[in-house]
Amino acid sequence: MPHDHDHDHDHDHDHDHDHDHDHDHDHDHLSPSGHPYRKDDDHPITYWQTMEIAIRELLEDKGVLTADQIARQIDAMDRRSPANGAAVVARAWTDPAFRDRLLANGSAATREMGFDIGPLHLVAVENTQTVHNVVVCTLCSCYPRNLLGLPPDWYKSRAYRSRTVREPRAVLAEFGVTLPDSTTVRVHDSTADMRYIVIPARPAGTDGWTPDRLAALVTRDSMIGTGLALSAL
Amino acid sequence: MHDHSSFDGHRWHDMGGTDAGPVPQDGHDFSLWEKRVDALMVLCSGAGLFTVDGLRRVLEDMGEQAFETMTYYERWIAAINQNLIEAGTYTSAELAARMAEVAARGPTYGEAQQP
Amino acid sequence: MIAPGTPVRVQSWMPPGHIRTPAYLRGKRGVIERPLGEFPNPEALAYRQPAPRLSLYRVRFTMAEVWGADAPHPTDTVDAEIYAHWLDTEE
Repeated sequence: MPHDHDHDHDHDHDHDHDHDHDHDHDHDHLSPSGHPYRKDDDHPITYWQTMEIAIRELLEDKGVLTADQIARQIDAMDRRSPANGAAVVARAWTDPAFRDRLLANGSAATREMGFDIGPLHLVAVENTQTVHNVVVCTLCSCYPRNLLGLPPDWYKSRAYRSRTVREPRAVLAEFGVTLPDSTTVRVHDSTADMRYIVIPARPAGTDGWTPDRLAALVTRDSMIGTGLALSAL
Repeated sequence: MHDHSSFDGHRWHDMGGTDAGPVPQDGHDFSLWEKRVDALMVLCSGAGLFTVDGLRRVLEDMGEQAFETMTYYERWIAAINQNLIEAGTYTSAELAARMAEVAARGPTYGEAQQP
Repeated sequence: MIAPGTPVRVQSWMPPGHIRTPAYLRGKRGVIERPLGEFPNPEALAYRQPAPRLSLYRVRFTMAEVWGADAPHPTDTVDAEIYAHWLDTEE
């Protein structure tokens, strides 16, 4: 079975890390975004992959799940990407009444835009001239996956989970974000049922821009709080 | 890691504030088998077979060694399996027999799929 | 329900098991940022037990309270969701 190149892998990777992408890469081993695929079809099967196949078949045989349900769930997850959150942020930047509804009830406002976020309880937190928000999950790796898609690997790392609540500014500096002392950093630890999205500050020089044009400035990392929205220039 | 005399109840997965190095910036794209594990978690919990809380309880009980040596979705499939056995969805023997059948089909993930 | 702005202290318990109150906040004083409604107790859900619904709160802590007065940015904050049975309002 071939790798599923048609899925929207690259939506998860519109961030501005200094990955040294090699655009002459071998397409058999790197995805369209330039990241390696995890070992899959063409490598010796592992114990855990064997278990995944066995569990999936047992669930299908017992009538718990169908192959079609599984395929549809994978497609649904692949369709979720930071672009969804970027559209929400751009709307909040351009529609003050929507911004108020988003801050009051993130789930309802997001559903109002037509996004299928399932049972997600979303809290939106807004960056201002004096406040910068950043999101982490110290106990696990909770993430607003039903809006933004699956989290980046670093979000699940021991380093990010450990350090963000203690030295957020040092973590942000590793992502290229340095904040003045006059800015208060608010860390949000997703310990229970809520998931968080940061509304980054709207970049200067974007007056009169359409929501679609603004959305292109909203990176995944800016909605986690480890980045800022891209400059308009 | 704690030795027995100094252990104060602070569990390994509860990482907030502990010392750690730089945040690793390398990423990877999810492979099909990882997406299938993710889908199994969503669909099985949606079907009421277990909760995310139950999944996390097992991941925590698997311990720090598993966190350090297994990939994210390897840990997830192990925890899904534990929860499904606890739910009575299938038995360990049924799983064992099916895993043997899968392994006999071929040496790669692609070849081991149901014909 | 505990009103926003109310000072609270997190229990300093250290039980084993699946717990959603992170250790770094146990015993620390914070302020209710907002109530979030009621959710099934994850400490019961994790063990396949019937789970009573509990009030859940976002609680805001200063870095000075959590890490000590010598924290480099003592007025920066951490917000976390804490279930009612882990919060003590009596001071």
